[in-house]
Amino acid sequence: MKTIELNRRQFLKTTGVLIVSFNILPPGSDLFGQSSPPASGEPDPTQLDSWIAVSQDGTVTIFTSKVELGTGIETALAQIAAEELDVSLRKIKVDMGDTSKTIDQATTSGSRTIERAGPQVRQAAAAARKELLRLAAERLGAPAEKLTVRDGVVSVAGNPSKRVSYAQLIGGKRFNLKIQAEGRGNELKLAQDVKAKDPKDYTTVGKPVPRFDLPPKVTGEAVYIHDMRVPGMLHGRVIRPPTINTAPLSIDESLVKNIPGFVKVVREGNFVGVVAKTEWSAIRAAEKFQVTWSQPKFKLPANPDELYAYLKNTKSFTTQKGVERGNAAATFEKTKKQYETSYRWPFQLHGMIGPSCAIAEVRGDQATIWSGCQGPFRIRAAVASLLKLPEKNVRVIYRDGSGSYGRLSSDDSSEDAALLSRAVGAPVRVQWSRQDEHGWEPKGPAQTQTLRAGIDDTGKIVAWEFTDYSFPWTVASATTLLASEQIGIKSKSPGQGNGNQGGGEIYAFENIKVAAEQIPWMQSEPFPLRTSNLRAPGQLSRAFASETLLNEIAADLGVDPIELRLRYLTEDKRGTDVLKAVADKARWQKRGAPAGKTNGGTARGRGVAMTRRSGGYAAAVADVEIDKSTGKVAVKRITLAHDCGLIVNPDGVKNQVEGNIIQGASRALLEEVTFNASGVTSLDWASYPILKFPDIPEVDIVLINRQDVAPLGAGELATVPIPAAIASAVFDAVGIKLREVPFTPKRVMAEIQKKT
Amino acid sequence: MAKITLRVNGKNQTIDAEPDMPLLYALRNDLQLNGPKYGCGMAQCGACTVIMTGNAIRSCVTEVKAAANRPITTLEGLGSTKKMHKIQQAFVDEQAVQCGYCINGMIMTTKALLDKTPKPTDSQIKEALAGNLCRCGTHIRILRAVKRASGQLV
Repeated sequence: MKTIELNRRQFLKTTGVLIVSFNILPPGSDLFGQSSPPASGEPDPTQLDSWIAVSQDGTVTIFTSKVELGTGIETALAQIAAEELDVSLRKIKVDMGDTSKTIDQATTSGSRTIERAGPQVRQAAAAARKELLRLAAERLGAPAEKLTVRDGVVSVAGNPSKRVSYAQLIGGKRFNLKIQAEGRGNELKLAQDVKAKDPKDYTTVGKPVPRFDLPPKVTGEAVYIHDMRVPGMLHGRVIRPPTINTAPLSIDESLVKNIPGFVKVVREGNFVGVVAKTEWSAIRAAEKFQVTWSQPKFKLPANPDELYAYLKNTKSFTTQKGVERGNAAATFEKTKKQYETSYRWPFQLHGMIGPSCAIAEVRGDQATIWSGCQGPFRIRAAVASLLKLPEKNVRVIYRDGSGSYGRLSSDDSSEDAALLSRAVGAPVRVQWSRQDEHGWEPKGPAQTQTLRAGIDDTGKIVAWEFTDYSFPWTVASATTLLASEQIGIKSKSPGQGNGNQGGGEIYAFENIKVAAEQIPWMQSEPFPLRTSNLRAPGQLSRAFASETLLNEIAADLGVDPIELRLRYLTEDKRGTDVLKAVADKARWQKRGAPAGKTNGGTARGRGVAMTRRSGGYAAAVADVEIDKSTGKVAVKRITLAHDCGLIVNPDGVKNQVEGNIIQGASRALLEEVTFNASGVTSLDWASYPILKFPDIPEVDIVLINRQDVAPLGAGELATVPIPAAIASAVFDAVGIKLREVPFTPKRVMAEIQKKT
Repeated sequence: MAKITLRVNGKNQTIDAEPDMPLLYALRNDLQLNGPKYGCGMAQCGACTVIMTGNAIRSCVTEVKAAANRPITTLEGLGSTKKMHKIQQAFVDEQAVQCGYCINGMIMTTKALLDKTPKPTDSQIKEALAGNLCRCGTHIRILRAVKRASGQLV
């Protein structure tokens, strides 16, 4: 990314015009004349040159299909490369997300970049270092094991005058070295035969490092996808159907034709769009457009009750089985005290602050797409299918996007732009409106759970049954995007499951069964309540259910909720450590029953919750205040302990953890997509509010750095326990059992009144 | 279409535009100033914030004719990566960015705040930024950056 940004700025300096044009050069070439992957065909994962290039000035470029979504991975991957190569961080550049220049390392999602692409980059860098040492040994006439490297300069131990730099050895030239490469995407294993550094020798990894991409982002110099312009570019807008599965019966162009700059109405199948010379003309044309749509073939559930009933009563198409041990159902029947609860979680938005945007240039049988998407290779496959082109004829180039939290795994705007560009024979930029983004983004699925737990005579939880009911997601790899669907390309699959972690499997209950039922949804219809993966998919909801019940049981037994958890974590050191760390940091005082305090009309309480997600652990303590006259819950402080293995960039992790906490609190307190039988009704930030500055809690974070655990992502983990911790604090304060998100004043007030 | 003269970042520039077009599109498309961003078009999120006659305004709902001949400052007018304004520098020092899409609005709102209230209290800062949305959850760092930019202890 950095390389191109610099190019762009240089370009700007010389021309003074913000026009960016990369597609005038053949794929694989580079504006800077830096060494780059093969100029023809796709990069080969077994060639070291596909991963790393050293330029004549000593700059090292790392090529990766992972993209910087605002989470700091560009800098963290650079740290990993710098560490292995013994090069200072300022010399590392990261070129991200261009399908013609990078190997498909899978979509940037699931908080897996550090976990999976990290070792790929590390091993490629280790292989490069080994080769550079071999070359240096030849040049210096000394055995490789006698050589040391300092900031890209190799010298002979004990004789520092004998030295040669990486740039002198290979600058501007190709390595032409084969490396081992097995598997694909996230599972790709690179150069396993090359020994990387021992983490105890790390000097760059583990240091808090300022992010590379920040300075241009605070000055307006960074060029986001929304800011890109290509020569001859037109502006497009898509006219979304008002309701589900509808076709345009007639289109009245009369009001549009007189708009200055109007170019064309594009209709293909049920897809309708408009193209104009300027953005404002396109916006006005989209507003004036008159389309008569057919009647929808079916209606959405009319309200949340109908929706949750649909989820519970519809046969699942697949079960994502979680942990199963002993016989939970049979044991439950025999237990002394039984708990049966159920929980509800609404549709929620990813809520990108910058709505979807992409540029496409389709010329004959070639297409170039610029997109802020999370998975350039997925979008390449989708666009190739849409345009009926071979994938090699489509090039997708990532440009910085608005934070997307899973939404741009399925970047619909790339397809919109591709259809419009093909229709007008010119590059077209499509910018979604706020209303379209709120209405048509694929949302975080609604979920409901049923739980049964039983305790024996000694107060031990001996039976635990957890069932999640959820909708699957649309993903560009399995299901079609909006434009494809609207022109009649059907999904191959009902979508991807919403995951099954967070159902209590972390605890060593003797009899436990955790399962997630995937309920069929008309995923493949162009449909406003379509769904996709939303940060830590499904797990906030499942952890809300399982951790809330656990806190209720603790209070019922008169046992401190941290103490209760520790009883079932005796074999889990990391789980135990994270829980004890948060208790220490929050100065937790044991409580056997709700121990909140009321002062006048304000009740105060604190609660705890924890989770394990994809190998990482987080535990949170929430402190809340409740206004008993309004029901408003104010989250005053969140204390959180976090273990994501070995930490690469502590400040980067902290930034992610803070974001996770705030987004988790926002989702718990405020967020619910509203709808009626015709579609989504929360189409702006007034009807779908998110947490604002005056309501931001203080945060206190403990990072546990584990040198013995490989680095894991920090993009999702910390958000998971937040809703459950808040619910538990509300329970502590006023004794109400919240079973449905969000915890709006109205809902909280109703529960308080029910209790009194 | 009408000829409209805009005074942006100390420079006069005349553009041909529909008078009712929002200022945002004139800045981004006619003047190639990409600091202000499109977020909602309804003055709900703050991504498009610029300073006009000393006030932080929403360029997405300000008609370009209403901005004619009035002094406008955009993010680009504060500083560049070569020479950052102290507010921009404070945002980097505090690493107060995640995706950065909302940051234009945060910085421009802060500029207007500090021009009027050089040493704001925590609650004054929160109040000033209450209409600026951030989805990544960078709020805590942004609050620290504003504090730092105002020369107060963070």
